[in-house]
Amino acid sequence: MQEAKGIVTGSVLPVPDKLKSRVWKRIVQNWELYLFIAPAFFYFLIFSYGPMYGIQIAFKNFIPTKGILGSPWVGFDHFVRFFDSYYFWDLIWNTLSISLYELAIGFPVPIILALAFNELKAGFFKRTAQTVTYAPHFISVVVMAGMIITFLSPSTGIVTHFIEWMGFDAPDFLTDPKWFKTMYVFSGVWQSAGWGTIIYLAALSGVDPGLHEAAIIDGASRFQRVRHINIPTLVPTMTILLILNMGSLLGVGFEKILLLQNSLNMESSDVISTFVYRSGLVDAQYSFSTAIGLFNSVINAIVLIVVNQIVRRTNENSLW
Amino acid sequence: MTSAVKESGRDKLFLIFNYIYVFLAFIIVAYPVIYMISASISDPKLVGSGEMWLWPKGITFEGYQRVFQNSSIWTGYGNTILYTVVGTAINLFVTLPAAYALSRKDFLGRNFFMGMFLVTMFFGGGLVPSYLLVKELGMVNTMWAIVIPSAASIWNIIVSRTFFQSSIPKELQEAAQIDGCTNLRLFMKIILPLSMPIIAVMALFYGVGNWNSYFSALIYLNEAEKYPLQLVLRQILVLQEMSAQGGGSMDASTASALNNKAEIAALVKYAVIIVATAPIIAIYPFLQRYFVQGVMIGSVKG
Repeated sequence: MQEAKGIVTGSVLPVPDKLKSRVWKRIVQNWELYLFIAPAFFYFLIFSYGPMYGIQIAFKNFIPTKGILGSPWVGFDHFVRFFDSYYFWDLIWNTLSISLYELAIGFPVPIILALAFNELKAGFFKRTAQTVTYAPHFISVVVMAGMIITFLSPSTGIVTHFIEWMGFDAPDFLTDPKWFKTMYVFSGVWQSAGWGTIIYLAALSGVDPGLHEAAIIDGASRFQRVRHINIPTLVPTMTILLILNMGSLLGVGFEKILLLQNSLNMESSDVISTFVYRSGLVDAQYSFSTAIGLFNSVINAIVLIVVNQIVRRTNENSLW
Repeated sequence: MTSAVKESGRDKLFLIFNYIYVFLAFIIVAYPVIYMISASISDPKLVGSGEMWLWPKGITFEGYQRVFQNSSIWTGYGNTILYTVVGTAINLFVTLPAAYALSRKDFLGRNFFMGMFLVTMFFGGGLVPSYLLVKELGMVNTMWAIVIPSAASIWNIIVSRTFFQSSIPKELQEAAQIDGCTNLRLFMKIILPLSMPIIAVMALFYGVGNWNSYFSALIYLNEAEKYPLQLVLRQILVLQEMSAQGGGSMDASTASALNNKAEIAALVKYAVIIVATAPIIAIYPFLQRYFVQGVMIGSVKG
């Protein structure tokens, strides 16, 4: 292989034909690999790039009978309408605040939990604690929403009973806009914090035991070793996950929000993606909804690129 | 982290706090699950009033009886199994060969394909254009609208590719090719049998995803007989509760009749949650190491 490469690069300039035939030979030799990739290629072409072609209706007035191409252009009308609407800033605020709230609580918890798991002796307790905390990851979002609703129900919910038993007045979690974000974020932590530890535990298992031994000999306490050996080990993983999270700041997981949303908590629960769903598929304002969706995707892509650039300037753990 | 050195006083204190912390996390996660199970077999009056808070009280199996009598739950169950099996088969058929091709260094164009797939991770057409496409293809209100638009995830392709790259020795492929083995034979007879761990991981990831998904069914299906379990659950768990919240004033007899109905509805709710989640939670402890493996392979930067 190495040798063949040498010949190829050596003969590129004088005999380009030879290179061509070599490339062709490589393609022919591995023709079946193109067959292998064909299903995925067509899948992404049709179901990911196809809708990208459909984005043009954001700049048109889509009329189903005329099709995507036949509908008249309207330029940025839909965007202007969205930016000028009275709910624009509410949607942006809700989306951003839920994302940032989720990041602030949901990002550190798995890290702390992984560090704690890592300090446990291997054995029954550790295994059980891990198995149990991973499990909620597999609960479906519908069941999750059902659990939230039954636990927080103002008349029969166990959380309500508990708060009243302690002598306080239980707030109406499900319908009070003040509580929506907290309910959303903390139920998310309950469901995914355990599962989120796996990736950090994998990183921690790669720590050189020699580092710990040397630190012990130098008289470092457990806490100091966690602080100065384990946490620095996690920084690259943390950075990558943080960048990925930032990239979806405006893409807050709307499946759960949609289920927990009701007319009473709407003022704090309506986010861009649920609004896109409602205006697009419920009210059939196809073009308007596409425009908002496009605005959302573009912001997400920009945030991802900017954050990645910032990280790349400061350390080597960027995505690309 | 076992060490031969004796723990000092402050380390012991640290460890005690650590155990307490993990134990609290354990309780916080386990309690709601235990409560749900207990509530599903307890007298709904005692559950509603908060008297039942940990172990079952006034045991009754009426909730399960009603769940098993409910035909829409059975239809939903059947549909979910069908969608999950067909969907997961398609997922594997699309993901594994593509991932293998992408893992081959001698595959000309792998960077092009990889780049093309990766773009979709960061940018997409959005909800409405995707919906219009599925509609255009005539898949609305068929099973295909559920299984085809989610035929592959780029993340899982990357995980599988990393596995093929790191766990299948390159010499194997070279030796097979020298013996005149074609790529197809190589993949079917040698690579796949060696890749059982990743096949299991992928089948589990995709399978759980298919089992739990509700949104594509919500937007693409419009006949109740085609609804998967999750949509039936949404009806029972979310929509009913929301409408119950909005009940205004009423006279005493209707109120007590409704109350009775509400109690049974609550009982059904707990039972249905258990019935819908049990298959996954029951297999999960046995397959845990595969799931964990999947995440770990994915965390290797490839």
